[in-house]
Amino acid sequence: MTRWLVRVAVSTAVVAGIYGIGAGVEATMIEYVQRIVLIAGINVILAVGLGLINGTTGQFSIGHAGFMAIGAYTAAFTGVQLAPALSGLAGAGALSEAVTFNLALLAGAVMAGVAGLLVGIPSLRLKGDYLAIVTLGFGEIIRLLFNNTQALGAATGYFGNDPSGLPPYTSFFWVYLWVVVIVLVIRNITFSQTGRSLTAIREDEIAAEAMATPTTRLKVTAFSISAATAGIAGGLFAHMQSGIRPEDFKFEKSIDMIVMIIIGGLGSITGAIIGGIFLAVTLELMRDLQEWRLILYALLLVVIMIVRPQGLLGTRELSLAMFARKKAPSKP
Amino acid sequence: MRTNRRSWLAIAALLALSGVSSCKKGKSDEIVIGHYASMSGNTAHYGQDTDKAIRMAVDEVNAGGGVLGKQVKVVTLDTRGDSAEAANAVTRLIDVEKSVALLGEVASSLSLSGGRVAQRRKVPMVTPSSTNPKVTEVGDHIFRVCFLDPFQGKVMAKFARENLKLERVAILKDVKNDYSIGLAEAFKGSFSALGGKIVMEQSYGQGDTDFSAQVTAIKNSDAQAIFVPGYYAEVGAIARTAQRLDVKLPLLGGDGWDAPDLFKIGGDALNGSYYSNHFAPDAATPKAKKFVADFKAKHGAEPTGLGALGYDAAAVLLDAIKRAGKTDGDALRDALAATKDFEGVTGSITIDSARNPEKSAVVLEIKDGRAKYAATVNP
Amino acid sequence: MSQFIQQVINGLSLGSIYALIALGYTMVYGVLKLINFAHSEVFMVGAYSGFYAATFLGIDALDQSGQSFPLYLALVVLIVAMLVSATLGMTIERLAYRPLRNAPRLTPLITAIGMSLLLQNLGMLIFTPNPRRYPPILREVRFDFGGVIVTNIKLTIFAVAMALMVGLWFLVNRTWTGRAMRAVSMNLDAARLMGIDPDRTIGKTFAIGSALAAAGGILFGLDQITINPTMGTLTGLKAFVAAVLGGIGNIPGAALGGLLIGLSEQLVAGYISPDYRDAITFLILIVILILRPEGILGVVRQEKV
Repeated sequence: MTRWLVRVAVSTAVVAGIYGIGAGVEATMIEYVQRIVLIAGINVILAVGLGLINGTTGQFSIGHAGFMAIGAYTAAFTGVQLAPALSGLAGAGALSEAVTFNLALLAGAVMAGVAGLLVGIPSLRLKGDYLAIVTLGFGEIIRLLFNNTQALGAATGYFGNDPSGLPPYTSFFWVYLWVVVIVLVIRNITFSQTGRSLTAIREDEIAAEAMATPTTRLKVTAFSISAATAGIAGGLFAHMQSGIRPEDFKFEKSIDMIVMIIIGGLGSITGAIIGGIFLAVTLELMRDLQEWRLILYALLLVVIMIVRPQGLLGTRELSLAMFARKKAPSKP
Repeated sequence: MRTNRRSWLAIAALLALSGVSSCKKGKSDEIVIGHYASMSGNTAHYGQDTDKAIRMAVDEVNAGGGVLGKQVKVVTLDTRGDSAEAANAVTRLIDVEKSVALLGEVASSLSLSGGRVAQRRKVPMVTPSSTNPKVTEVGDHIFRVCFLDPFQGKVMAKFARENLKLERVAILKDVKNDYSIGLAEAFKGSFSALGGKIVMEQSYGQGDTDFSAQVTAIKNSDAQAIFVPGYYAEVGAIARTAQRLDVKLPLLGGDGWDAPDLFKIGGDALNGSYYSNHFAPDAATPKAKKFVADFKAKHGAEPTGLGALGYDAAAVLLDAIKRAGKTDGDALRDALAATKDFEGVTGSITIDSARNPEKSAVVLEIKDGRAKYAATVNP
Repeated sequence: MSQFIQQVINGLSLGSIYALIALGYTMVYGVLKLINFAHSEVFMVGAYSGFYAATFLGIDALDQSGQSFPLYLALVVLIVAMLVSATLGMTIERLAYRPLRNAPRLTPLITAIGMSLLLQNLGMLIFTPNPRRYPPILREVRFDFGGVIVTNIKLTIFAVAMALMVGLWFLVNRTWTGRAMRAVSMNLDAARLMGIDPDRTIGKTFAIGSALAAAGGILFGLDQITINPTMGTLTGLKAFVAAVLGGIGNIPGAALGGLLIGLSEQLVAGYISPDYRDAITFLILIVILILRPEGILGVVRQEKV
């Protein structure tokens, strides 16, 4: 009973904390910096979610932009349809907006998760680079389907019915609340029994199977969860951007996600967080370099892969204890 | 130890990379105008051409003492042809570079993305060449100096029906490009209303290089001409493909054709084709002639219609700053909205209540590898 | 009917270009088990090398005066482009893949994606992003067979592609170099024990595959009229699909896959909708990988535990 109370208290404190920091950020920072902070949060969601399948499970997806697109389109469309109904029910205001937004995000997550399931069931029988190339194919097909769907604006993109675009629901509070939720969910999966099984699949799938691990089911589940988190990130992106186009979810977007988890370290949650933030900040700082920017970006990817293919942290997690003991703890 | 040193090296490299940045502060004795454009990526030539012309307009004003007693500075940020980056760039132009007004984007989808930010922050924006109607519908701070797709589509439909006396036309549009889709729709509506018939609709995607399937299909219809509302690279290749497949139909198109490279790519396969544009260098006003000459002297090439519009957008904006007497967002918006009979390179510009200009269009005919003035079509 | 024949002819010429590029993917996959994403950029650089070589040899002046480019110079252009691409392919292998020879299989894959991005962006910087018209190193002659148009360019594309593929078949099956390549692709360690230098053999494999891609690049330019620095991305991906379709690691398979993909694209674009051309090619990839990952001509290999 008390444990339950403590949990409620901690959760309330965290939510209040995010709200407080959000208010502080919005009061003190210029919008330009705020935007980068939001992008960093969305990147963290993408990276942590992708890390579950690419890092922990070792099944490489290079088409996650497709799931992000499904989440973004679903959330945007649901939000536009729900908003009038909910504001009629609960009155226009912050409450009905918050409910609309989160229902839209959840709808995006569910659709992306289902798509992940549908893509995952046939594809995850394949291994390694074959799997990678199939996810790439699916990612491109998803984008091409949006490109040819007139009801969602086809190549022009989807902006809702208002000429000023989708409502800008995405705020510091919502982005980072979702960051906390998703990081906790992924952390709990990674360090659970299931998580160990996933790691076992990464290390040696045949051995894992021999140990009676239901490899296919676990892989598909992890893939679907990872797709759902990309869907949440897509919904947040859509409502930050006030409109989405199929072009926003090109193959390059999937590469960006991979770069994030590679910088931090494949199989490390804290690594993914660092990678997500790093990418948001660096790409923005390098804007002045114009055409050199993408050259440096690609060079960075190649050099990291050659010099330190396991990323900054490898599969280790960054923790306070690591600094206190001056020694990396072994993986739990 | 070895891996440890390597990881520190990697960290140091990352930090060094993130240190690559620069800090700029707006000085009080200059007026900053922000320009966001595709300066890299595969649509870079549009942004680069527009930027050159904008800087020409600003340099001319600065040489004459600037506006409101201050020099004008243009800050250009790259959008890489990406809508999220366009929004980032506009936010930075407003917050960090302290731009009083914005110029930008050629592509309508990017103007929409950047325009929404500008509208929310109440910073006036003038787009030189985004022809999609939705762009200025974003809000009362968004203006443009070019005509709209529906008008352009009507111009070509009218020209095809009345001047060329065509009855059956096939359409070959770029479905990855909202500009092309909009123009195709407008043409289709007007051409049918004028008693013509669209006998076939084919499509391609921007960046495609193989058009033989579509052209072969059109060859087997009874079309008298093909309307190709796309960008010049694909149009040039389509013309060559048609020539190769022995299809002797004239092509019709819009301002997306306007680039010197069109003739390099399409060559003699384009002879006998027509396209609508914002201005014709060979039938220009003295002001336009001077612009063409100056641009050629400075950059060694003839300006495109996009360049001319960039010049006009900057000139209209500078004129509005002069008339407003201050650089405050709302005052500037009111001054822009009051623009009347402004003599630009691309014709006289009067901004209407929907923040669009009332302008005429010209139709150019391609003869001997050059575009020549053929007709003017008024709204 | 004439429309159908026309689409088939266009499909076969496009397909033979895919086949040439697919060979590079297949050969590299054979020896290294690596999807060499940078191959699409080697193809692009090959096309541009041909472009600059032809320009250097004065094609613009000839073209403007209406004269045709001499055949021996066209051959020089082809050889120059093949040499440039072969050098580039070997350099990429040396710098980016060799250090990762013993890394987990996905590490070189990501590196390959990185190399592809790097080369593409360097291409935009050096060649500018503007699409260029490909110099007409072959003067076009049209033959009209009752409404079906066949140009000498289409015939040349087909002939050059077939000649190069037959040459490759001989190289792989009838020479010591080819034997070494096959040995390395079967078992690298065993090949080393037999006195084969795997690094040299892998280098040669990259060189040959890249040279074929360069030939593909020149034929592509001739066929498709324009080139640009991003031309490799989609074309390369489709060529890879062709390699998988035919059976990756299998040389006749790559040729067959290329022709099939070219045909299917042209027929889908002509009779269904060009909007779904790319989507259907990716769908073929997915279906083949899921149902028969070893491809049409591939052999099922049992996985070792």
